[in-house]
Amino acid sequence: MTPTATWYLVVAALLFSIGGVGMLVRRNVIVMFMCVELMLNAVNLSFVAFSTQLDDVGGQVSVFFVLVVAAAEVAIGLALIVAVFRRRRSGATADDIAELRG
Amino acid sequence: MGTLDLIWLVPAFPAFGAAVLLLFGKRIGEPISGWIATGLMFLSFLTSIVMAVAFVGLPSEAEHRHVVTVFDWFASGGFEVKMGFLADPISITWILFVTGIATLIHLYSIGYMHGDARFSRFFAYLNLFVASMLVLVLGSSFLVTFLGWEGVGLCSYLLISFWFERNSAAVAGKKAFVTTRIGDFGFMLAMFLIFAHLGTLDYGAASEGVSELAGGTATAIALLLFLGAVGKSAQIPLHFWLPDAMEGPTPVSALIHAATMVTAGIFIVARAHPFFEASQVSQDVVMWVGAITAITAATVALVQNDIKRVLAYSTVSQLGYMFLALGVGAYGAAIGLVVAHAFFKAALFLGSGTVIHGTGENQDIRTMGGLRRYMPLTALGFIVAWLAIAGLPPFAGFWAKDEVLAKAFFHGDYAVWVIGLLAAVLTAFYMTRETFLVFLGNERFRAAAHGEDAHEAHADHDAGHHEISTESPTVAYPAAPKEPWLTHDPHEGAPTMIAPVLVLAFLAVIGGLIILPFKGIEILGHFLEPAFEGVKPIYPTSFLAGFGLSVVAVGLAVTGIAVAISMYRRGLDDPDDDPVNRRLGALGRVFGNAYYVDSTIGRLVGGPVRAFADWTARVVDQGIIDGAVNGVASGVSAIGGGLRRLQSGIVRQYAIVAFAGVVALLVYVLVRSL
Amino acid sequence: MFVTILFVVFALIALGCAIGVVISRNPVHSALWLVGTLLAIAGFFVLQKAYLLSAVQVIVYASAIVVLFLFVIMLLGVDREESLGDPLRIQRPLAIGLGLIGFVLLVGIMGNRWATGAETATGPLRGEAGGNVEHVARALFTTYLWPFELTSALLVVGVVGGVALARRSNADEEEAA
Repeated sequence: MTPTATWYLVVAALLFSIGGVGMLVRRNVIVMFMCVELMLNAVNLSFVAFSTQLDDVGGQVSVFFVLVVAAAEVAIGLALIVAVFRRRRSGATADDIAELRG
Repeated sequence: MGTLDLIWLVPAFPAFGAAVLLLFGKRIGEPISGWIATGLMFLSFLTSIVMAVAFVGLPSEAEHRHVVTVFDWFASGGFEVKMGFLADPISITWILFVTGIATLIHLYSIGYMHGDARFSRFFAYLNLFVASMLVLVLGSSFLVTFLGWEGVGLCSYLLISFWFERNSAAVAGKKAFVTTRIGDFGFMLAMFLIFAHLGTLDYGAASEGVSELAGGTATAIALLLFLGAVGKSAQIPLHFWLPDAMEGPTPVSALIHAATMVTAGIFIVARAHPFFEASQVSQDVVMWVGAITAITAATVALVQNDIKRVLAYSTVSQLGYMFLALGVGAYGAAIGLVVAHAFFKAALFLGSGTVIHGTGENQDIRTMGGLRRYMPLTALGFIVAWLAIAGLPPFAGFWAKDEVLAKAFFHGDYAVWVIGLLAAVLTAFYMTRETFLVFLGNERFRAAAHGEDAHEAHADHDAGHHEISTESPTVAYPAAPKEPWLTHDPHEGAPTMIAPVLVLAFLAVIGGLIILPFKGIEILGHFLEPAFEGVKPIYPTSFLAGFGLSVVAVGLAVTGIAVAISMYRRGLDDPDDDPVNRRLGALGRVFGNAYYVDSTIGRLVGGPVRAFADWTARVVDQGIIDGAVNGVASGVSAIGGGLRRLQSGIVRQYAIVAFAGVVALLVYVLVRSL
Repeated sequence: MFVTILFVVFALIALGCAIGVVISRNPVHSALWLVGTLLAIAGFFVLQKAYLLSAVQVIVYASAIVVLFLFVIMLLGVDREESLGDPLRIQRPLAIGLGLIGFVLLVGIMGNRWATGAETATGPLRGEAGGNVEHVARALFTTYLWPFELTSALLVVGVVGGVALARRSNADEEEAA
């Protein structure tokens, strides 16, 4: 009994859901960011699983691109967080940053 | 052809002057700005002469119309409008006398407007007016003409209410603008019809297309164009703005409301004559409206006491003559009268301006008299112009008017001919009355000498330009004359004011030369011929018949003059007691109030129309239209207020909604695959 | 059998660490749990013979990105314990419910044959010659050369943007002063 693609996909789906829930329930912006990374990794895992199953190089190339985008996103996102935190020293949870309230 | 390509310079000079004076007029100041405007007008006049010479010099076999496209105005789909100027006999005739008279009137205005607070602005408007008028007559399509048409309307409004501190001037300006606007709608509708049926607004193409039009369409177009002409040229029933337009400075009355702008209506009918030729009905309408206006306005002029109002009604009447001629199909005669009338009416107006100026802003002829002793040169010019308008040979007015009447007679319109003769008698009478009351007879302008009081009264009146009166320019008749207030002798005008009067009077004498009705020397008629190709010429049945008609006309004119002289030889013994009133009795009251047209309109607009307008304002506008607008607004505002709560600003709420969206999408994908 | 055991181990690590990321009260701990998940995923890559990606995963994700996270946490001094209570009362049950439904749906979709697509659509992964690294590299530098170059531009833009956003501007200093 060797693991098939479906096994990987189930793990990826679980990871994705955990990341999504985490992003919704946590209020610390940095932790929310980490949860987004979890979701991205889940997607990467499923990409590789499909790639292996279908004997297709495209899946692994996609993972590469996702990685690059994630890196750029982290750079910008963390810079944004730094800028926001610098403005408001106290209470910089996601709920506090609500200037756009209608 | 090279020279004629420069015809755009003719309107360009005054347009440039208007721009310069509007921008820098205040800094340039008096009197330089006046001289700039006059100089540019003179340049424009010289250019017009050059153009006329170049045009006459065209080889006789060449086509006698030359279109110059200055630039493409706009193009929309298949509809192209070029900013084009058309040189043909009609436009050349018009630019010659427009620029010529305008130059003289500009010169005159330098003296007349001396000391006015808005001196440069006045000249800017004058220049703008002339530029618009030249665009009007030179336009190569209905649309370019319409541009100038609206331009002269605007300038007319601006200049009538030039002394807008006076309520009456402001009211008169509005009245003129609104009334001519009615005519403008006719013009616009005519343009729409022409474009809808012929697909072009170009004069050349439109004229060629007339033959394809159904009779009804041609009639509709012609009548709508004529409606525009009626508005601009103050014909019945849109005539009542012109007498009120006399509230403007006198040079404006001379330039716009006597010599040039009011002939725009004549121009457009002459220019669009193929449409009128194609419809007998429209020609009859033109002829009858002209005839009725000629006689009606002449009767009103009989009893007017304002020196300028007499001339204003006289202008309306003369314009009626011109339309009469147009309706008969005697386009050459009509244009001849336009030119002759421009000369003598401008001279009369400028002369009356000098009189008003010289007598301390008095306009009431009942309190004038004997002025020839104090302003002899003005009197000379005025008298010459009077003889011209009265129709005595050899002055221009005689030849022009005689030509019109003869054409009507030989065209077989005897009723119109009789009306024309009658109007001629009345014209001779009221002009003689005015001339005698102003320049001859006893002196009635002096204030009853009460020392200081009189001085104060005079001082008051010197500020008259700027006094605010709430009185409408239309004065109810009969009104007693104001007490005369002049404590010093009337004085002659400045040289810049006298010269134009004399030049115009001279032109009124010799102007007849170009319209002599004798075969072979009909200069104007021959010149205009190519423009009216295809129009059936009207010839007298015999020389003797023509001569006989002239004798009848002259005899009647002399009668009119003689009757007036017999009544006003010694002037007025009592300014309150005018013999013409005594003779006319109740009729005089009707004439004096101009057939109550004004007051009827006033009552109609003030009563039922106003009530209806109030009703629509209250019910339709506030109730329905505002209700709909406000309803939409408050609906949107309510929805926005509700949605506003969703915009909590809390990012995690947005995220959970987005996540729910993802889940919903997954549901959709799954369901689709089942 | 050995592979299966490894798979189970990696799966337990990945999921356990993921849960750790979510429920840690201290952000620094979250970051450390994240490292565990990322390394487990790198292990999954190795199990599927995606050797290049597993190396990149360790180098870029597990080291560079996580270090960046820790860096920012330390820089901002937010490494305090924080309460896990939620002021939005409905948020947590709703999130967990949605997460469960989402998981079930994903698994449901996975079970469909059509969800897996065609075989070898963009190129073979297991060719005759060369290993995994050569295959991926060949695809990246031939078929996907243009997107690959674009990613470099994206990274440059990201770096410039990060610097512009995070640097302390003069206006900020004046405000602070």
